[in-house]
Amino acid sequence: MPEPVTKAHPYIPNSSPITRAEMLATVGVESAADLYDGIPKRLKLGRPLNLPPALTSERDLRRHVQGLLNKNIPVTNVISFLGGGCWQHDIPAVCDEINSRMEFLTAYGGDTYADLGKYQAIFEFQSMIGELTGFDMVSAPVYDWAGATTSALMMAARITGRRKALIPRAISAEKRSHIANVAQSQVDVVEIGYDPGTGLLDMNDLQAKIGSDVGAVYIENPNYLGIIETQGPEIAEIAHNHGALFIVGVDGISLGVLAPPADYGADLVAGEAQGFGVHMQYSGGLCGFIASRDEPQILAEYPYLMVSIAPGTVEGEIGFGWSTMERTSYDKREHARDYAGTTQWLWGITTAVYLSLLGPEGLREVGEGILQRSHYAAKQLATVPGVQVPLAGSHFKEFVVNFDDSGTSVRDINVALRERGIYGGHDLSQERPELGQSALYCVTEVHTKANIDTLVSALKEVLA
Amino acid sequence: MNSIHTPRAYHGAKWDEPIVLDMGAPGERGYIPPAVEPEIAASVGDGASLIPAGMRRSTPPRLPEMAQPSVLRHYLRLSQMTMGAHITPDASLGTCTMKYSPLVNEEMARTPQMGEMHPYQDDDTAQGILEIIYGLERMLCEISGMDAFTFQPAGGSQAIFANACIIRAYHASRGEAEQRTDIISTSFSHPIDCAAPAVAGFRVITLTPGPNGYPDLGALKAAVSNRTAGLMMTNPEDTGIFNPYVEEFTRIVHEAGGLCAYDQANANGILGITRARENGFDMCQFNLHKTFSVPHGSAGGSCGAGGVTAELAKFLPAPMVVKEGDRFRWDYDRPDSIGKVRSFHGNVQAVLRSYAWIMAHGAEGIQTVAETAVLNNNYLATKLGAIPGVSIPYGGNGHRLQEVRYSWQDLLDETGVSTEDVRRRIVDFGLQGYFTSHHPVLVPEPFTLEPCESYSRADLDEYATVLGHIADEARTNPEHVRAAPHSAAIHRIQEDVINDPARLAMTWRGYQKKQGAAREVATS
Amino acid sequence: MTARKRLGLIVNPIAGMGGGVGLKGTDSATTLQRARELGATPRSGIRANVALSIVLERLGDEVELITAPGAMGEEIALSAGFTPIVIGSVTGGETSPDDTRHAAKVMLDAGVDLLLFAGGDGTARDICGVIDGHLISLGIPTGVKMHSAVYATNPRSAGEAAARFLIAATPRSREAEVMDIDEELFRGGRVSARLYGMMRVPDLPRLVQNLKSGSSGSDQAVLTGIADDIIERMQDGALYIIGPGTTTREIVTRMGGQKTLLGVDLFCRAEAIALDATEAQILNHLDGIPARIVVTPIGGQGFLFGRGNQQLSAEVIRRVGPENIIVVATMDKIAGLRGDPFLIDTGDPVTDESLAGYIRVVTNYHTETVYQIA
Repeated sequence: MPEPVTKAHPYIPNSSPITRAEMLATVGVESAADLYDGIPKRLKLGRPLNLPPALTSERDLRRHVQGLLNKNIPVTNVISFLGGGCWQHDIPAVCDEINSRMEFLTAYGGDTYADLGKYQAIFEFQSMIGELTGFDMVSAPVYDWAGATTSALMMAARITGRRKALIPRAISAEKRSHIANVAQSQVDVVEIGYDPGTGLLDMNDLQAKIGSDVGAVYIENPNYLGIIETQGPEIAEIAHNHGALFIVGVDGISLGVLAPPADYGADLVAGEAQGFGVHMQYSGGLCGFIASRDEPQILAEYPYLMVSIAPGTVEGEIGFGWSTMERTSYDKREHARDYAGTTQWLWGITTAVYLSLLGPEGLREVGEGILQRSHYAAKQLATVPGVQVPLAGSHFKEFVVNFDDSGTSVRDINVALRERGIYGGHDLSQERPELGQSALYCVTEVHTKANIDTLVSALKEVLA
Repeated sequence: MNSIHTPRAYHGAKWDEPIVLDMGAPGERGYIPPAVEPEIAASVGDGASLIPAGMRRSTPPRLPEMAQPSVLRHYLRLSQMTMGAHITPDASLGTCTMKYSPLVNEEMARTPQMGEMHPYQDDDTAQGILEIIYGLERMLCEISGMDAFTFQPAGGSQAIFANACIIRAYHASRGEAEQRTDIISTSFSHPIDCAAPAVAGFRVITLTPGPNGYPDLGALKAAVSNRTAGLMMTNPEDTGIFNPYVEEFTRIVHEAGGLCAYDQANANGILGITRARENGFDMCQFNLHKTFSVPHGSAGGSCGAGGVTAELAKFLPAPMVVKEGDRFRWDYDRPDSIGKVRSFHGNVQAVLRSYAWIMAHGAEGIQTVAETAVLNNNYLATKLGAIPGVSIPYGGNGHRLQEVRYSWQDLLDETGVSTEDVRRRIVDFGLQGYFTSHHPVLVPEPFTLEPCESYSRADLDEYATVLGHIADEARTNPEHVRAAPHSAAIHRIQEDVINDPARLAMTWRGYQKKQGAAREVATS
Repeated sequence: MTARKRLGLIVNPIAGMGGGVGLKGTDSATTLQRARELGATPRSGIRANVALSIVLERLGDEVELITAPGAMGEEIALSAGFTPIVIGSVTGGETSPDDTRHAAKVMLDAGVDLLLFAGGDGTARDICGVIDGHLISLGIPTGVKMHSAVYATNPRSAGEAAARFLIAATPRSREAEVMDIDEELFRGGRVSARLYGMMRVPDLPRLVQNLKSGSSGSDQAVLTGIADDIIERMQDGALYIIGPGTTTREIVTRMGGQKTLLGVDLFCRAEAIALDATEAQILNHLDGIPARIVVTPIGGQGFLFGRGNQQLSAEVIRRVGPENIIVVATMDKIAGLRGDPFLIDTGDPVTDESLAGYIRVVTNYHTETVYQIA
């Protein structure tokens, strides 16, 4: 049956009727329907899909889609203090330029020779994360911090042969749920509490729960409540004395000012790179990583893609490629103990650009500036009647704000703040009921003093 | 230059760029962060003093010190040495569906209304994106016949893992977790279809292909028992062959009490033609960065959309978008959910692009996509099949669909030139090094090509011309093929270094240490 | 400067000549003469050349080649571009199995890192008997009959595997079966194969061709996984009739027992009931108790029954019941069959037929595949 004449689609070159007819003839069929002779008739839908009418012009498409998007109120239209694992940071223009280059944007699993640039950029990402964490071995980007943490816990279980892992109670609900779902067949998780006064890890609880059946002790630094953990070396010692691995979770951008986990005894690091020049994108900007010493028995347990460098056969050349694929589920298939896939490489490239732009000085300045702003904010908020900043430990960019004394719920406070063009901190009252009506406030280098002062006066107003 | 009949005289950019850590000069910088107001500094002191002493970084990290234009230039050069799908007709990456990512969608995805959204911001402030998520869900339900979709998985593998978790949760909810231990998959399904259930704790039984290239019913029946938890398979498989027994497969597994999950990574050729529902599946997943045009991002920023029937919807990862009247919101109240497979909401920017792509096509456009993908594939196969040295193993079942797994075994026997050699040589003509095969490598000397609908006939002719040229070269000048590439950014690397734990390095510092040690040994 | 790798080479120059003119092998002088009359030319040398060229290309100066004189290796080594170290001697005229064995002894004494040999099952058997597991070897296929599982798929993959093995920082090896075919019976149209012994061959995670099966890491890890899986599902009180092979042996080893490598042993859990049992002994022990047969395909042809385990006769299989047959095999072995089904040759067509179809194969811990039986 001959093909009906239709208008060619701009994205589909061979939809032009003349070409189509000639190609069908080359293949030796009369119509496209003939190409589906391998599908049993009974399985064919036999009717057009019931989809909205096509918006074939760019004008109409933009009008519709951008029209929908315009109902959103992004954080750049307000003052936002939301954090909790995804944060608003300043994005250098060069970062956006590089991750919109079509070469990087549309590349995929291409090989060593056609995609040298992509592999080098990711190798540079791995290298710079290595410098920040103090380790020689780093994975290519992974899905997110939660994925990195869960995979690291599973790695530790396999390396030590022990199922039990100790993790902080003060961990995000997102991560907690992720670990419970993904690691359940390999890891048994036990929570370690935190000191209600400081927010630091409860060392007594750790001592009580450590044993020779524990394969991993995991802490986050800063932790979910924003607190900088100072007991790292002691925790490392306790873990190592019992034959467990010490895993530290990090918010990458803090490593410009905080000590590298390798320096205080970490065996593995699981971290988040979203802060390095990646837009939040409603959580699309996440980008995790795992790092460790370069040891074969640890390397063997990395489940993700990793890029290694190699010298060329021609003097002076270097190249890169996917390394030791036998570690990954691509090779292992049903023998896999963790899985790999397409992750967040575009943000890994972006991270490399960001870290190159900032350099050690810039990263230090960002970190110190964040500290100053967030401490200023905490200090000012503590002066608002009904508001407390309960945790005495020093925080990095996030800190807990408690509203119990105000008699108002965080929910209502945030509604009121929103009316004043402010997104208040993430509501912790469900996640961490022991903290009462508390919220996690996040202050970064995007906030000006005026922004913070606006928050303070708005709260005074709301709670009056 | 008529590249349809003669391979183009391509030469790749060759910048010989150093590793960025070796570039720049002390004191250079590329960006100055916003300065802290003096009043803040006066109020709290300097930043370092706010860090407890033991936790202060004492040594600056060894990052580049480079001015902004230098950083820009370095990464622009690296981008020039990357063969994205927009630069070359990328039929090479079979199973990856390297289609055109419309630029109009890129523009919209980079507006603040997408880029500057925080996952925890109140639903009232996110009505636009929530409507888009909901809208894509409805459209994918129509395309697949499923009843609900999650976009939380940030890649196909993650979505398939979610499906394995849902199967686990389903049987647990019926008190059969102990009994239902087995998941069945096939050799030509993507490795993740076996790996995901294994990670979820299942015993995996793999069906090997029969002479037609797909497992037959006898194989499935041998694998099914009262311990069967489910079936996870791709169809068409990576060979491009549609298993015509699929309906019997799903029926037999259902009868045994199992669930059926459809890995639709290879959906591009069957969109609108056949659906997960009618094929008997309870779950499916689409790779939005494959079938639905989301750019591949050098491997990421993608989304695995996971669809399920109404009965299984309660197990989906939380939260899900629900519509109440005119309003959309995130529903976290899902007690039977398997939990998170990824933080927050996944790669929502991928959802946006897919939504726009489907809206731009409509039903008729989608049909044209599928038909053209299959037509392009068969056209290319017709041309490649005529090249001496190429064979297409497996009788298959009617026409191949979206891709073909070819073999160079005959060329190897005749000339000693292998698929790996051709793969490196193809880069010399401005084409991406092709995908060979996932494990297990059952087709010898494989290469798997998927033209998809985005490439023109001239593109396909060019591709065939290049492969024909290389095959000729294998006969007349095999050494030249085997020593390729010759006009790429680099020549062959010492490939065994990459896989040798004693010599490989994932970081520059690691590499320098090992190189230094090697030099010491050499000179001692 | 790191020590050079030592590669041994033995070529059986007349192996494979029979195949080209339709004769089965060249193990006897009569057959060889007939082959020559029919115009057959030695092919093993050409194929060895291909393999050696690859090794030379990859390793260059880092490998030294040790070989036997003349047509048994020296000539081919030179033609491939090597400057070989030639050791040993050859009796004049036609080369014989004695010459092969002598060359193998020379290699053993020289302690080469890898021994490459070009020849058929007969060559493999002759070398195996001499080196007795003390050298790691790999066969370049040239002979007609390749029942032994010690060969690469083709000369190219032999070269690739040899090169990678020599380069590897921590080279690993695994055991593979060497089969002994009764020559007289074979030419008479009947195959009678005996499992002669085991040879150590390279075990690399990503070997080319026949070993690209996606298995995880070392062969030993897979064997342990298979053993653990079978042990987990063992039933107390059942008799396990365990066939020859390293995969099956591991099951007993893992339980702390000792199993013969080449024989059929009977176990109840870890308790040995009978070792290297004959068919009659097996049948005796079957009286009244539930039994399972545990087998792995023997040799390179994928025979489940009939090669190397004829004690598992049609009668034994009937009494145990086809549904009680457990097949174990590494994915390496399965992939090496290249899609060709398992073969059964009990001598009784009815029994053979009853086993045709599909069977589940345990390929690792909690991992199975479904494979076809012809």
